[in-house]
Amino acid sequence: MKKLTRNQIFWPLVALIVLLIYNAFFAKNFFKISVVDGHLYGNLIDILKNFAPLALLSIGMTLVIATGGVDISVGSVVAISGAIACSIIDGRLGIFNHSLVSALVSALLSGLACGLWNGFLVAKVKIQPMVATLILLTAGRGIAQLITKGKIVTINSAPMMKEYYFIGAGYLLGLPFALYIVIAFLFLVLLLVKRTAFGLFLQSLGINSKSSMLSGINVDRIKLVVYTISGFLASIAGILISSNIKGADCNNAGLFIELDAILSVAIGGNSLNGGKFMVQASIVGALFVQCLTTTVYALGVPPEAISLLKAIVIIVLCLFQSDSFRQRVFKGFKRSVKGADAA
Amino acid sequence: MLKKILSVLLVVMLVAGLAACGQQAQPTGPDQSTPTQSTPSESTQPKKNEGKLVVGFAQIGQESGWRDAETWSILNAAEEMGVDLKFSDGQQKQENQIKAIRTFIQQGVDVIGVAPVVETGWETVFKEAKEAGIPIVLVDRRAAVSEDLYATFIGSDFILEGQNACKEMARLLNGKGNIVELQGTVGASAATDRMKGFAEELKNYPDMKIIASQSGDFTRAKGKEVMEAFLKAYPGEIHGVYAHNDDMALGAIEAIKDAGLKPGVDIKIVSIDGVKAIFEAMVAGEANVTVECNPLLGPQFFQVCKDLKEGKEVPKWVKSEEGIYRQETAAEDIKNRKY
Repeated sequence: MKKLTRNQIFWPLVALIVLLIYNAFFAKNFFKISVVDGHLYGNLIDILKNFAPLALLSIGMTLVIATGGVDISVGSVVAISGAIACSIIDGRLGIFNHSLVSALVSALLSGLACGLWNGFLVAKVKIQPMVATLILLTAGRGIAQLITKGKIVTINSAPMMKEYYFIGAGYLLGLPFALYIVIAFLFLVLLLVKRTAFGLFLQSLGINSKSSMLSGINVDRIKLVVYTISGFLASIAGILISSNIKGADCNNAGLFIELDAILSVAIGGNSLNGGKFMVQASIVGALFVQCLTTTVYALGVPPEAISLLKAIVIIVLCLFQSDSFRQRVFKGFKRSVKGADAA
Repeated sequence: MLKKILSVLLVVMLVAGLAACGQQAQPTGPDQSTPTQSTPSESTQPKKNEGKLVVGFAQIGQESGWRDAETWSILNAAEEMGVDLKFSDGQQKQENQIKAIRTFIQQGVDVIGVAPVVETGWETVFKEAKEAGIPIVLVDRRAAVSEDLYATFIGSDFILEGQNACKEMARLLNGKGNIVELQGTVGASAATDRMKGFAEELKNYPDMKIIASQSGDFTRAKGKEVMEAFLKAYPGEIHGVYAHNDDMALGAIEAIKDAGLKPGVDIKIVSIDGVKAIFEAMVAGEANVTVECNPLLGPQFFQVCKDLKEGKEVPKWVKSEEGIYRQETAAEDIKNRKY
């Protein structure tokens, strides 16, 4: 039992299950799943579809945070990649007009470039990660607006619209296509960190960067790779988000999503100081965040109260994850029981 | 030796800089009693048409197609009317807009236009503008400040828009049915008043009721997400969607399609604004009515700015011209849509 509760993924899973049980009692039709147009349909399916962008971001964020850094530019990368993809699909960029493949490739390349830029600033120029990625956080939305010329790009009537819409909102074998993308990248990243020495180096770098360097690990290269992965995953998230609404909305796409990604990593029980990490736990964290959002809508919480409610839930969750808090609470409980016995 | 030369140079530059600042600061003047006079020289009377009209405009950002159209109209009108426009994009953040207004005050513009992203929290910066003698013109959204802090408000009657939307919904549903509401950003006057107007008018139709209401932040993505949740919470019970702007309605249309229902037929869609994309949706039969909220305020805005500079009386509320557009005539109307 103790071994189980010590496992990092245990508490986020408990939180998720508690939230789902709560919904079973209080949210109308929350667990109802039916078949519509040949795909599964219900709140749970929506959660799986809408959590995909956040899940991708939290995979990248987990790796970055494991090095002791943070990448706050992912929201802006989301905007850039969506802007590029939609502009090409709509044929207003002047090159590669209406081509789905070049839209996707260009968007992904933009994410790689953004990630490389962040990695370069952090690893080579040695700027603090928060500051280095702050540059792109501020500049990124500006770049996205330049690409779309300050307008919302709607691709409702573009020739490849249906194919593009499928990526973010389509269904394969009854389940959202976006979910398969998340599973694929989770698998790839797990392969990288569990089956190669990369994961071990990453962890040692997060625990003690200096001694890792002294023992011959190329610390800079690992940092560069990690930020590039984060940027790349952010560009995929950007494609998913813009595809889901058939348009690129530079000001709102991925707004504050970097905070949700960091939150997912934290809910997953990963230390924000770096070191040991668990990508699966962050995914559960992302699932929890999205589940909470959908719960709020399903319960009909007044819009004014949503932020506060979320904050309270998250504070309670973080308190329960803290070992010292748990010990204090349960110890206090035990003591009072003993006191009652003595009396 | 080098240090001495450098320090002397620095002092010279500093003095020169100060002198330049002093000269620039003069035209704005410390005249506080008459906020309409922004160019008081020696004479107390402002000289008419003296120089170019300089206007600072603090836009909210690029939140929807509607706002894009407004931005376009303002930039366009400034060019046509020969106004020196200083335009700032607030990226949906009040602190950015406040910063922009402070910059405009320092630059000593003649009039400051602002589309407040939220209603509250403007007193301090508006007072600063008033003390600098620069009139504030509120554009398309109101701010919760006392009337003496701004010169005028140009824009729509959001309450009337809400009422009209409700009348249209009643016509579509024959006065009977369940409605879900997609609200705008919490705290924005457009959201508050459109909700109020609709609710007021709804009292006349006892068989219609709002069964759920949630904020979609005026964006397509949130509109879709909220509508998805509504469709699951009230399967088969929703007859109409009332969205505070077209973009949220467009998101809701996607959600309804994903649910295997026909938007515009199974579930009626009434929204506000009148952007081109909603006309396209109406032509496709997926949306029913849009209550126009005219964003082409540029010409009207600069006319008011001119009047203010010349010291003319301006009414506290300059209303914009608006109409109601229905699905039946959408194919014709879309030809005239500029935004």
